[in-house]
Amino acid sequence: MALVEVRNLVKHFERGGGLFREKTIVRAVDDVSFTVDEGETFALVGESGSGKSTTGRCLLRLIEPTSGEVTFRGENVLGFSSARMRAARRDMQMVFQDPYSSLNPRMRAFTIVEEPLVIHGIGSKAERRDRVADLFKLVGLDPAHLERYPHEFSGGQRQRIGLARALALNPSFIIADEPVSALDVSIQAQVINLLMDLQQQLKLTYLFIAHDLRLVRHISQRVAVMYLGKIVEMGPTAQIFANPQHAYTRALLSAVPALDPDAPRTRIELDPKLVNREAPLKEIAAGHFAAL
Amino acid sequence: MEPLLKVENLRTVFGPVVAVNDVSFELRKGETLGLVGESGSGKSVTAFSIIRLVQEPGQIETGRILFQGKDLLALPEEEMRQVRGAGIGFVFQEPMSALNPVMKIGAHIAEALMVHDMASRRDARGRAIELLRAVKIVDPERRVDDYPHQLSGGMRQRVMMAIALACRPPLIIADEPTTALDVTVQAQILELLRDMKRQFDLSLLLITHDFGVIAETADRVAVMYRGQIVEQGPVREILRNPQHPYTRGLLDSIPGGEPGTRLRGVSI
Repeated sequence: MALVEVRNLVKHFERGGGLFREKTIVRAVDDVSFTVDEGETFALVGESGSGKSTTGRCLLRLIEPTSGEVTFRGENVLGFSSARMRAARRDMQMVFQDPYSSLNPRMRAFTIVEEPLVIHGIGSKAERRDRVADLFKLVGLDPAHLERYPHEFSGGQRQRIGLARALALNPSFIIADEPVSALDVSIQAQVINLLMDLQQQLKLTYLFIAHDLRLVRHISQRVAVMYLGKIVEMGPTAQIFANPQHAYTRALLSAVPALDPDAPRTRIELDPKLVNREAPLKEIAAGHFAAL
Repeated sequence: MEPLLKVENLRTVFGPVVAVNDVSFELRKGETLGLVGESGSGKSVTAFSIIRLVQEPGQIETGRILFQGKDLLALPEEEMRQVRGAGIGFVFQEPMSALNPVMKIGAHIAEALMVHDMASRRDARGRAIELLRAVKIVDPERRVDDYPHQLSGGMRQRVMMAIALACRPPLIIADEPTTALDVTVQAQILELLRDMKRQFDLSLLLITHDFGVIAETADRVAVMYRGQIVEQGPVREILRNPQHPYTRGLLDSIPGGEPGTRLRGVSI
C-alpha cells in the first residue's frame, strides 16, 4: 500500500535577475513522480545538484514546491493549511545530515528531544520527562546524559539525538537526508543498524536520501536514481544494481570503487549529450522504470 | 634499494594529546602507499609532520623522516622550504580553501614555479597552460585566466594537482583528495592520479578514510588507529585477510554484504 504518493513534483528556483541581467530558472526538481509503500525503505540517490534533497524537503513543505501533488495516506499535503500541515508533521518527520548544525547548541539534549512534544501540547511535564528518557534509551543513549549540551556528545551520538527528536511524536514516515554521511565509517555502521532496528520495531517507512550507493544497496528495497532534477531510473534495488538500464545509472554504479582487489574494473563514462532529457519513464520490467 | 621516504618512530603531540605515536613506514620509489584511518586516527597529522607543517600547538617530539636520504627534521627551515614543492608536492582535501579566491588559476601555478626558480615570469604562463593540459583540463588557454570559483570541484582538484606537479617533485602527498567530490568525479580524479603517477614517474602517499579509494589506487596500505599504525601490508593481502581486529571492524563497517543484514562494525 502506498503511504506517500508524489505526482509531477516540480520545484523551480529563480536565480540572478537584476537591472541588466535576465533571470534564469533552475529546474531543481523537474516533474518527479514516485510512491513510497508502507513499511519499506525507498531510496533517492544522486550526486550533488540532482535534486534529491530538494525533493525530500518539498514533501514536508520545508520548501514550497512550484507545482505537483504529494499525498500522504491519500490526502493532498500540498493543499493543507499551515495549521493542518503542522498537525500532519506529527506523522512525517525529517532527520538531517549534519548532526553538528541541526541541533541548537544552546539547548540541552533533553529540551531538544522534548520540544516537539511541547509544541504539539502532548503530556504533562512529568510524562514528557519519562517519554524523553524512553526515547533516549530507544536510540541507544544513556538517559543520565539528558542534561548535556550537543557539544558534549560525539557525532554519532548527536545523530541519535536528532533521531530521538524525530521519533518523539511517533511518526510513521521518516525522511532521512544523508543521515550518516557526516560520520566516520565505523559510526555509520552503528547508526545504520539502529535505523534498521527502529524500522522493524516501530513499523517505520523511510524515504532515504543518499549519495552512497553501497549504503543504498544495503538498506533500501526500492530506489530512484535522480539526475539533473529528474528520475532517470527506478525500481527494486537489487534489480537496478544487477541490471542498470539508464546510461547515468550505469556510469554512477561503475564509479563506485570495488573493495574486491580482483573485481574487474570497468568504468563507464557518461556522455551527457547521449542523455535524452525529455524521455519519459517507462516500465521496462515489472516495477522497473527507466527514461531511455 | 633505499626507500624514497622512510618515517621512523615519529611522535607528534598536541600538548598532552599524542596524535601520532611511534609511527614507522617506508615508501618505495614508484609506489603508492595508502594511509587509512578514521577521524582522529593521526593520518593527516602524520602527513603534515612529514612536510613539517604541523599546526600550532602541535609539535614533532621524536623520530626521523628520511627523504632521499636526508633527515627532514634536521634541515634548516630554508632548505625545508625547497623540499616542499620541489621535493614533495601536496594535494589537499578542500581545493577551495587551499586556493586564493582572488588569484587566477595561472597565477597559482606561476607562483609555485617562480618560488622554486623553475620558470621566469615570462615563461610561467606557458608552463601553467602545459600543466593544466597535463591534468586534462579542457581548454587550458582559457581556463588559465579563470578564478577558482569559476571551476567545478573536480576541476579545482585538477588545478591542485597541476600546482603540486609544477616543480616536478618525485613524491606527492594527497590528503583526502576526493572526499569532497561526487563519486563519478572521484573516479575521474583517481584515474588522473594513476595517470600522473606513470607520466611523471611519481611516488604517492595517499591519505584517506575510504578503503574503496585504497583498493582502487594503492599498492600497499597502512591502517592507523588512535595515532598508531596497527597493520600494514600489500592492499590485496589486507583486504583479503585483515589480521588486526580494528582493520577487520573497519572493513566490516562498509555495507556490501547481504542487503538488510546488520553490519558488524568495529568492536574493540
